[in-house]
Amino acid sequence: MRHLLSAADLSREQATLVLDTAAEMAHLTGGRAVKKLPTLRGRTVVNLFFEDSTRTRTSFELAAKRLSADVVNFSAKGSSLSKGESLKDTALTLAAMGADAVVVRHSASGAPHRLAHSGWIRANVINAGDGTHEHPTQALLDAFTMRNHLGELDGRRIAIVGDVLHSRVARSNVLLLRTLGAEVTLVAPPTLLPVGVGAWPCEVSYELDPVLAKSDAVMMLRVQRERMNAAFFPSAREYSRRYGLDARRFGLLPDDALVLHPGPMNRGMEITADVADSERSVIVEQVTNGVYVRMAVLYLLLAGGEAEAAS
Amino acid sequence: MPSPVSRVGSPTRDLTGSRPVLEAPEISRALTRMAHELVERNKGAADLVLLGIPSRGVPLARRLAERIAAAEGHPIPVGALDVTMYRDDLRLRPARALEHTDIPPGGVDGKIVVLVDDVLFSGRTVRAALTALDDVGRPRAVRLAVLVDRGHRELPIRADHVGKNIPTSMRESVKVLLDEVDGHDAVLIGSEEGVA
Repeated sequence: MRHLLSAADLSREQATLVLDTAAEMAHLTGGRAVKKLPTLRGRTVVNLFFEDSTRTRTSFELAAKRLSADVVNFSAKGSSLSKGESLKDTALTLAAMGADAVVVRHSASGAPHRLAHSGWIRANVINAGDGTHEHPTQALLDAFTMRNHLGELDGRRIAIVGDVLHSRVARSNVLLLRTLGAEVTLVAPPTLLPVGVGAWPCEVSYELDPVLAKSDAVMMLRVQRERMNAAFFPSAREYSRRYGLDARRFGLLPDDALVLHPGPMNRGMEITADVADSERSVIVEQVTNGVYVRMAVLYLLLAGGEAEAAS
Repeated sequence: MPSPVSRVGSPTRDLTGSRPVLEAPEISRALTRMAHELVERNKGAADLVLLGIPSRGVPLARRLAERIAAAEGHPIPVGALDVTMYRDDLRLRPARALEHTDIPPGGVDGKIVVLVDDVLFSGRTVRAALTALDDVGRPRAVRLAVLVDRGHRELPIRADHVGKNIPTSMRESVKVLLDEVDGHDAVLIGSEEGVA
């Protein structure tokens, strides 16, 4: 595989390879004086961010640097992207500069796919979030974090709660967790579920309480106020009363269940502060693991030559 | 992204057209001799750390450590050093799955590290291992122990301790089978047919 565009592109074997490689990356750079590997020396990784992002961009930047690649950041603010340059012209510019990999975030679903298959550029393309479509490395780091605590995810029950409609994280997670054999339940008000969710490989529930009792992990999604251009629920208070994870609901979870959140959190909205800071919350760990998972993806996509070239 | 393919040693090795040059008792005697040489050369085993290069260097390092421990009466730190990400031929093949690196708790700083591998050929794996070791720490000295030296070095590298020198032609392949991985011990030489 040359690109990572969707969590659905990964077979179970490939997904497991990414997670195992990430585990080895964690092991290699975790407690060591020199947290750097020479593997991608001389390669250039471009972070092309048409949408704001702090943690994903920083995480990719750190991952690429840990593997000794050169990193160039292009963000919408303060660049030609904000002057209305088209995706094609941006791609041609990056190709002319000799980018080996492009990590792209775009508000339009499908932009990374267009970039990968247009013929504009030969670089490996990694989707770092496109519109409301997918965010595959987030799903991988979530799976990696859960696997560290729960062991293999086959048969594990995972609840994904909140704004599924606008969430690329939810879609990528459903696809990847299904590939890994987990049973996923989406919990959201009907207005925050996408059309056709019935065809997704998961269960759907409008009620949170009954789902929590039988979940090995619960993933709270951020309420995306910036995408709330219509009234999806009557008020913020009503939303947190019905779908927020507070101390009472936390008590319904099995004793060893995990709490995840892709960040950034709206404390008091979808998750209360005491739950977010509890011992079973792995939210900070998710950030650390993001670097290892992205190192694994960059290594597997970029380090080898192409099979055709070798033979 | 590639499918999971392990490095040089896959669990089952193709044995068509190959003949044994070392059998289990000879391998055992060679390892015993190497263990004693290591202790003699380093005037004891106090600071020794054995690091096997995956995959088959790792069980060899463990066997050497057991023999040294039996002779010296105290355990010898033993671990594994994966060199995949330090190889100079990464770009010639699809990316490979990583093997496990396991540095013993005492680390390598100030120690005498013995790198252990099954076959010494071009020397490129050992070069990669030396570079990998740089990122782990600063040993007082580094030695190299291999079960088989088959010649044809492409770099100025030599082994300190060799189980057996086996002169080969470039067209031949040398395969080491170990009980821990392959079910029995043997060193085989094969012609180029049936060899990757």
